[in-house]
Amino acid sequence: MDWTWFHKFGSPPHVYRLAGTLTPWFAWPAGILIIAALYGGLVLAPPDYQQGDGFRIIYVHAPSAWLSTMVYAVMASAAAVGLIWRMKVAHAVAASCAGVGASFTAASLVTGMLWGEPMWGTWWVWDPRLVAQLVLLFLFLGYIGLRSAIDDLGRADRASAVLAIVGVVNLPIIRYSVEWWNSIHQTPSVMKMDRPSMPMDMLAPLLMMLLGFTLFFVAVLLVRLRAEVLRRERGAAWVKEVVS
Amino acid sequence: MTPRQRRLALVVGILSGVSVAALLAMRAFEDNVMFFFDPSQVATGEAPVDKRFRLGGMVRPGTVQRTPGSLEMSFIVTDFKRDVPVRYEGVVPDLFRENQGVVAHGRLGQDGTFVADEILAKHDENYMPPEVARAIKEKHGGVMPVNPDHKGVPRT
Repeated sequence: MDWTWFHKFGSPPHVYRLAGTLTPWFAWPAGILIIAALYGGLVLAPPDYQQGDGFRIIYVHAPSAWLSTMVYAVMASAAAVGLIWRMKVAHAVAASCAGVGASFTAASLVTGMLWGEPMWGTWWVWDPRLVAQLVLLFLFLGYIGLRSAIDDLGRADRASAVLAIVGVVNLPIIRYSVEWWNSIHQTPSVMKMDRPSMPMDMLAPLLMMLLGFTLFFVAVLLVRLRAEVLRRERGAAWVKEVVS
Repeated sequence: MTPRQRRLALVVGILSGVSVAALLAMRAFEDNVMFFFDPSQVATGEAPVDKRFRLGGMVRPGTVQRTPGSLEMSFIVTDFKRDVPVRYEGVVPDLFRENQGVVAHGRLGQDGTFVADEILAKHDENYMPPEVARAIKEKHGGVMPVNPDHKGVPRT
């Protein structure tokens, strides 16, 4: 098998150019999908029989929460590839994921609290699902902190990669916390083997939002990856050509 | 073993080691991780009846009684196998309804009544528009069929 296409990803200038070319192909569909899904979710979708219009926060909350774990999985996979194949660009991908992932996690926690206060009757409880998601936030922040605490780039890459891989154990805990233990958080409405517990006119904007958030994540990742590659290669000749 | 294979083994080793550690930790803390106990667990003595704990289940329809002129109320929490009567004084959240999930925090009294000082509503995973809910209710003789989403409770 010809692995040239894979080895090309090891070349920073190639990745820099490729990321620049790909960004608009993700950014524009993401913007259009998110605006359309917002209109669908906030205007077209019917209110819920129990929660009325309050349920509409799901259109931000659930995609943020899904993305937070998805971004962590991408970050940990990239870190593992960087660790095993000594691929610097993979470490750059992992480093670019952390900030986005932390933001999605924070968004899911904040929107969950805003919903929980009127619906459950509390902003926060020490519930397995809520605590596992909070741990995810600390994992992202710990990853960012560990990276910035080590000056040597190679050491920072390897140490933070180990942390990212260790944290993977939290992902199944988040997913199954509501099934393994009694939790106040409801079980999944969409991401389950059964058919979704939601009619199509409510579900369609939610799935559009999920796709929109995913494309948005890729677009932001590509922009951040370019910045990260430039920062790492700041002494290289090709960077001087690019910026001059 | 090439260096790359050694690093691959290291990553796999970290993952399996941490997973085993997490599994052991979760087994050890099983009881503390539970956010609430259901009425069956109270009946079998699994719940810490001498301490404050959380009781979770469904509000049995037709059992919510409010004392006029005060915030006092009482209702029965059920998991459709066992019942626990609950007394509470205060404001309940929006989603507190008959036939809906509820989590009460408090203490079990000598007479078997759970005296709660905090009531949280537990939403299930079902979403539907009001018209659909009305149609389902009509089909089931004016009552929303229960679809409890926590373990050990049969779906009806």
